[in-house]
Amino acid sequence: MSPPILELKHVYRSFKRGREVIPVLQDINFAVNSLEFLCLVGESGCGKTTTGKIICDLLPPSAGAIEFEGKDIARLRGAEYRRFRRSVQIIHQDPYASLNPTHTVSETLSYPLLRHGLAGGRRGVRQRVHELLDLVDLSPVEDFIDKYPHQLSGGQRQRVSIARALTTEPSLIVADESVSMVDVSIRIGLLQMMMDLRDRLGVTIVFITHDLALAKYFAWEGRIGVMYLGRLVELGRTQEIIRDPQHPYTKVLLSAIPEPDPEKTRNKQHIQLRSEDIPRLTELPPGCSFHPRCPWFVEGVCDETVPQLASLPMAESGAEVACIPLERGKELVLHDA
Amino acid sequence: MSEQRREAVLRVEDLSIVYRTKRGDVKATSQVSFDLHPGEALALIGESGSGKTTISLALIRKLPKNAVITSGHIRYQREDSVQDVLKLSNRQLREFRWKDCAMVFQGAQNAFNPVLKVRRQFEDTAQSHGWTDKAAIRERALKLLELVRLDPERVYDAYPHELSGGMKQRTLLALGVLLNPQIVILDEPTTALDILTQRAIIDVLNDMQRQLRFSIIFISHDLSLAAEMADTVATVYAGEIVEIGPVNDIFYRSLHPYTYGLLTSVPTLEHLQDHLQSIPGSPPNLINPPAGCKFHPRCGFATDACKKEDPPLEHDIGTHLAACWHKDRLLESRKEPV
Repeated sequence: MSPPILELKHVYRSFKRGREVIPVLQDINFAVNSLEFLCLVGESGCGKTTTGKIICDLLPPSAGAIEFEGKDIARLRGAEYRRFRRSVQIIHQDPYASLNPTHTVSETLSYPLLRHGLAGGRRGVRQRVHELLDLVDLSPVEDFIDKYPHQLSGGQRQRVSIARALTTEPSLIVADESVSMVDVSIRIGLLQMMMDLRDRLGVTIVFITHDLALAKYFAWEGRIGVMYLGRLVELGRTQEIIRDPQHPYTKVLLSAIPEPDPEKTRNKQHIQLRSEDIPRLTELPPGCSFHPRCPWFVEGVCDETVPQLASLPMAESGAEVACIPLERGKELVLHDA
Repeated sequence: MSEQRREAVLRVEDLSIVYRTKRGDVKATSQVSFDLHPGEALALIGESGSGKTTISLALIRKLPKNAVITSGHIRYQREDSVQDVLKLSNRQLREFRWKDCAMVFQGAQNAFNPVLKVRRQFEDTAQSHGWTDKAAIRERALKLLELVRLDPERVYDAYPHELSGGMKQRTLLALGVLLNPQIVILDEPTTALDILTQRAIIDVLNDMQRQLRFSIIFISHDLSLAAEMADTVATVYAGEIVEIGPVNDIFYRSLHPYTYGLLTSVPTLEHLQDHLQSIPGSPPNLINPPAGCKFHPRCGFATDACKKEDPPLEHDIGTHLAACWHKDRLLESRKEPV
């Protein structure tokens, strides 16, 4: 296999609030292979957005390294760094906030082209803007090119932000909850278009979402990484994670989600947590941060040692899981709720 | 049907509402009719701007100032008498809200007064409805807090900021049913909550409804929530109910192309690959909605008839109604192997 396009090595990130230090990311390790579909999934506060920002170097890590095409991005200088910035783009969640309301679609798409000198003169820029709008299915282009964001629907705005991310011909795009604010009926169309971009333009997409069903759809042929309170707790092939989740948190999550099918959802077995309270990031429990809620908690193990992401000895699946009982090859024993 | 009609706790008939704006009248709700029966959970499903929140605000007469109700009745059955909510005086309205019909709004985070203890907010609510015995209020409140699976003593004496988002949402549910209303309206009850918190809220709501036997109207864009909680589902599109029926009929035998389109655009968690499809286009502008069936510009089944005449919401089988000229073609198309 070719070397990964991106690799995070022991990445930590904390924020200061007054005298408090909030550890938002702890020891994140994963690689993104070129042209794979990778999805980071987790609930609010798990650190998925911070991870996305760190990948794009919009935030520096507190510790650890990010390697893009094998090179540590903190060491890139001058032309090399500019090339990295062009190669990695982000699509934000909220198309109402991420587009400048005083710029027309054409202006929004022209600035990066001019800034990076990517399209020659005026005529070149205009032509490229046309191509980009065609790529994101905003056609006929004439109907959109001179519009301001407020004249567009949410779905159309999000297409403009995708087009903007494509202006610099990136090889990696981080899509952070990029369809969550769009109506259900058009969400899948937007996602399908993004998936097509991989084949048409050779872009690798890291998709960040809180919605596991959406993650499953997007990364069906790829991988899912599940995050909990700043750590990656499970990373593996999507189809295996959905069929046979390993980490207790993933198991609970999958059992909790309602399905759009009355009979299935009402007959689903829900795994009860030991506690419903989510610990604060500033008061993380010792050992595994999931242990106070985990129905399979092992006293004297889970509350003492922090688990690392590791392959499982017994499992057939190639999933990596951060859970000490599993790592030791133990069968999980369910506590009574 | 006629029997059900008599026993409905709430009957909405031909309700139309417009918002007066500078750009013109926004036809937010058009000729909406439905019945709500005792103990029933009705889901109003629709996308943003479909008018589902407008319908629910009209039920408690809390519409914004620029809204005008242009037609309709909202008949509420209390014991032996029937009242039209749209004709209640201000004093009667104050009684009706919360005591007969409670609404739990979206975003529980902001529903509490941050400087008052939870206890005070329960007491204020009870007292403004003429209930003064603090010990009795406390007893009822603690019972309800326990029902929503909270530590009652602790929560009752806490300030809102001492509670997590999920705890606040559950406290709000307890406060909502403090006066034992017959109807509880929930606006996006699980939106913006974490998955595991959502699960807890769904379980609590099911428990509460089983024990307290109120009727629920909940408004959501989340089809899974409707699949899980509703007895009856109504699909709202462009201000109209385009389909209404028992939950299984809507999910397994939907008769309206919009409902069917929604169902085929949401991914599942099953172990199989989903074959999904978006609905083309986007919802119409309600100042100048399309003529005929408002869904026709996005509909794969549309014919000339759809452009000319708005199909009525009609019976098909039993209590399953849909507003479409081409129900047969939709059913036929689904028999073909994909």
